[in-house]
Amino acid sequence: MAETIGFLQPKQAVITRRREIVADLSDLLPEGCLISDERGLKPFETDAFIAYRRMPLAVALPETTEQVAALLRYCSRYGVPVVPRGAGTSLSGGAIPQEDAVVIGLSKMSRILDIDLFNRTATVQAGVTNLNISEAVSADGFFYAPDPSSQLACTIGGNIGMNSGGAHCLKYGVTTNNLLGVKMVLFDGTVVELGGKALDAAGYDLLGLVCGSEGQLGIVAEATVRLIAKPEGARPVLFGFSSSEAAGACVADVIGSGIIPVAIEFMDKPAIEICEAFAHAGYPLDVEALLIVEVEGSEPEMDAMLASIVAVARRHGVATIKECQTAMEAAAIWKGRKSAFGATGRIADYICMDGTVPLSQLSHVLARTGEIVASYGLRVANVFHAGDGNMHPLILYNINDPDDAARAEAAGNDILKLCVDAGGCLTGEHGVGIEKRDLMLHQYTQTDLDQQMAARAAFDPQWILNPSKVFPLEGRPAA
Amino acid sequence: MIVHFEPASEEGIATVVRAMAADRASLAVIGGNTRAGLGNPVRADRVLSTRRLSGIVSYNPAEMTITALAGTPLREIEAALAENRQMLAFEPMDHRPIFGSSGEPTIGGVFAANVSGPRRYVSGAARDSLLGVRFVNGGGEAIKAGGRVMKNVTGLDLAKLLAGSHGTLGILTEVTFRVLPLPPAAETIVVSGLNDAEAAAVMAEAMAQTVEVSGAAHLPESVRGRFLEGSLPDGAATVLRLEGLEASVALRADKLAKAVGRFGAVTRLDASQTSTLWAEIRDVKPYADGTKKPLWRVSVAPSLGHQLVAALRLQTGVDAFYDWQGGLVWLRMEADPEAELVRRYIKVLGGGHATLVRAEDAYRAAIPSFEPQPLAVAQLSERVRAKFDPHRIFNPGRMAAIS
Repeated sequence: MAETIGFLQPKQAVITRRREIVADLSDLLPEGCLISDERGLKPFETDAFIAYRRMPLAVALPETTEQVAALLRYCSRYGVPVVPRGAGTSLSGGAIPQEDAVVIGLSKMSRILDIDLFNRTATVQAGVTNLNISEAVSADGFFYAPDPSSQLACTIGGNIGMNSGGAHCLKYGVTTNNLLGVKMVLFDGTVVELGGKALDAAGYDLLGLVCGSEGQLGIVAEATVRLIAKPEGARPVLFGFSSSEAAGACVADVIGSGIIPVAIEFMDKPAIEICEAFAHAGYPLDVEALLIVEVEGSEPEMDAMLASIVAVARRHGVATIKECQTAMEAAAIWKGRKSAFGATGRIADYICMDGTVPLSQLSHVLARTGEIVASYGLRVANVFHAGDGNMHPLILYNINDPDDAARAEAAGNDILKLCVDAGGCLTGEHGVGIEKRDLMLHQYTQTDLDQQMAARAAFDPQWILNPSKVFPLEGRPAA
Repeated sequence: MIVHFEPASEEGIATVVRAMAADRASLAVIGGNTRAGLGNPVRADRVLSTRRLSGIVSYNPAEMTITALAGTPLREIEAALAENRQMLAFEPMDHRPIFGSSGEPTIGGVFAANVSGPRRYVSGAARDSLLGVRFVNGGGEAIKAGGRVMKNVTGLDLAKLLAGSHGTLGILTEVTFRVLPLPPAAETIVVSGLNDAEAAAVMAEAMAQTVEVSGAAHLPESVRGRFLEGSLPDGAATVLRLEGLEASVALRADKLAKAVGRFGAVTRLDASQTSTLWAEIRDVKPYADGTKKPLWRVSVAPSLGHQLVAALRLQTGVDAFYDWQGGLVWLRMEADPEAELVRRYIKVLGGGHATLVRAEDAYRAAIPSFEPQPLAVAQLSERVRAKFDPHRIFNPGRMAAIS
C-alpha cells in the first residue's frame, strides 16, 4: 500500500557499517542471541500494526540485564538507533523497527524472579508475559490486574512501555497504577532502579513518566508489580439493546449511579456477529448492541449490584438480559470478547482505533464514527471498554487494495480527531507509536510537545531509543 | 509570609515567571501555604501564591471527573463532591495539625505534594487520580499535559511527573482528576492486643482475603488512646476498614471478623466511628501535639515497617504507628532525628525511603528532607528538572539532596 506515515531517514553511516556492527554486537552476546540474516530478521519487521514494515539492521535477544546494558553502551557510543521489543503485539507500530536500528528483544528474559505474597508483589524479568504473572500466583488466590486482550502473548515490558489497560481496569486501574518499580537500562547503559516494593518512591515520579513512554526513555529489564487478591466470584452478564445509542447511554448511567462494575464492555452488531461466529459465546444475535457487564464479590454482593444495574438497563429499554449459569459460560463470554481482534482478522484486514472520550459523549461519538466510516465506503465493528470511554472501532478494509487502505487510514484519522474534539484523546491504551504520531498536534500544541520532548531528551539526549515514534518528525529539537 | 504575586490567571503567572527568568530571580510557590514544612526550607527572592486562581472549572458527576483551578480550596472541592455523594478516593492528609499551620489547603497543593491517605492500597495515591494538568514551566510557557478521560496514553505522562514535584518543575494552574462514589456503608474491624510483628502478619492476612480491606493500620498501645478520644478497647489496636454497599459491607465484616478473630479480641466500629478514626489516622493525630519533635514518614515494603521500628528502638527513643498494612510508618523521635540511623536501617532492611516531615529548624537546615537518591537516579532527576526549569526559578532547594 502507499505509505502515508513516514519514518526517520536511516542513518547512512550506520547502514554502511552494518557488517562491523553485527560483528561487534555478537561479541557482546552469547551464541544464538543475535539475528542478522534476512530470514531470521523477517519476523521482526513489523508488529500487530501490520500495514507497515521495516527490516531492522539486526535483532539482539539478550539474556541478562548486563547484556542489555552492554548493547545500549555500544549503540549510544556509535549512534545506532535501538527499538525495544517485547512480544511484538503493539497495535500502533510501537515495535516496528527501521533499517538502521538494532531491535533489542526481551523474549529471552522471561524469568519470574520473586513472588512475595506477604507484600503482594511479583518481581519479574521484562519478557515475562502478562498472563504468566497471574498464572504464577493463581493457586495462592492472587492475580495481576491489567489484562490486555493480548495477555497470553504480550510481555510486562511491553505493557509498561504502553501503559497497557484491558477490560478490567475500570476497577483496578491500568499498568501505571499497578507498577511498583523497575530496573531499567538508560540509553548509555547505566542501570537504574526506580521504585521497589514500597507503595511510593522518593523524589520525582520517574516511574510514572517511564510507564507509557513507548520505549523512548530506556529499556525496562525487570519490573515489580502489585498482586491483588482474587475476588470470591465474578459474573459477567450480557445486556442486549436495540440501538448502540441506548447501550451507550446505559453505560453512562450505570457509572453515574455510583456503581463501578469491574468491567463494562461494548459490542455493536458487526462485532457481535464476528465474535459469536468465532467463539460461540452465546451472544444474542438479534440485538444492535451488547454490553458485557462484570461484577465480582460474594454471591449476595453480586446479586445486589446486578439488581441495581438491571434497573438502570431497564430504564434504557434493554431488550435481552442473559446471566451465565456456569463458569464455563462466563469463560466463553470473555473468550468471545478477548478474541474480537483475532476473529475480525479472519474475515478482513482491519485497523483498530483506540481513542477515549468522556462518557457523556459516547453515544454521539459512536453515531458519528458510523457515519465517518460509511462516508469512506467502508465497514466498522465496534468492540471496546465502554466503562472508561475507551473506544475501539475496527475499520475493515482490504490491505491489498491501496485505495481501500488509504481510505481506512483517512477514516481512522477522522475518528481520532472526533475523539479529541469530544474532549477525549487519541489513544487510551494502545499507544501513539507511528500510527497516531502525526495527529499529536491535534491534541497538543507544539509548546506542549516541546516540553514532552525536553523531558524525553533528559533520558535520551541522542534520540537513539525508538526514535521514529510518538513525536511528529517535524518540529523536533535539533540533535 | 509576604506574598509578592497573586496572579488571577494562568497568563498572569506566566508573565511573573518570565519576569523572574529575565531578572534571574527565584520564586517560592505556595497555594494555601499549609504544607510549607514539607521538603527542605526554600530560600527564594519572591513569593507567588496561586490563591486567586480559584474555582471549579467543570464537574460532571456522571463522568466522575472534575477540573479545578489550582488555587481552589480543597474544602470547596470536597463540598461539591459531597453534594453528589462522591469523594476524593485518595483521601488527602491534612498537614495543618502536625505543622500547626493555618490557612486553607488548595487542590494544587494536594497534587504538587502528591498527598495521599489510608486508601492507598485500593485507590492509589493522588497521582493515580490525576488525569491531566496545566502548568507554567520555568520558561514562562503554559503547558497542557494529560486530559480529562480515565484512560489516556497519548504522549509522555507529564501529569504524573508534576504530581509530587513540590512545585520545583512548574506552577500547576489547573488540575483534572478522577473522583469516586462515596461508599454508602463503612465498618472497621478492630483486633486488640497484638504486638507490631503480629499486627503486620494479621494485616497481610486481611489484605489477602477476598473482602477488599480499604485501610489497614496498626496503632500500638503508646498511641491507641489518642484515637477516638480514647474509646478504642485496651491494648494495641489493629484496625481494618471495609467500605461499599450496605449489604456487602455487613457480609464482608462478618467474614473478616471470623478470619482475624483467632488472633485477638475483635470489636467493630460503625460508620461514624470509622469515618473519624480514619481521618485521625490520615492526619497523624498522635503526633499532632503542638511540638516540633522530629517526625518521619517512612515508606517501605509492609513486611519491613515493624522490623525497622524494632531495630531503631534498640538504639534510640522512638514512637511509631503504621498505616498501609505496615508499609507507611509514622516515626516520632524523642530527641534527635537520627537521620543517618533511620536511613541506614531502611537500606539494610531492604530499601524504601524516609522523609523528615517535621523537626526544629536547625535540624531541617542540616538534614535533607527527602531521601537522598543513588547517584544515577539523582543525576537523571536533575536533568529532568533542568528541562522544566532551566533557570532554577521554582522553589530552589526544596527537593535537593543537600539543603
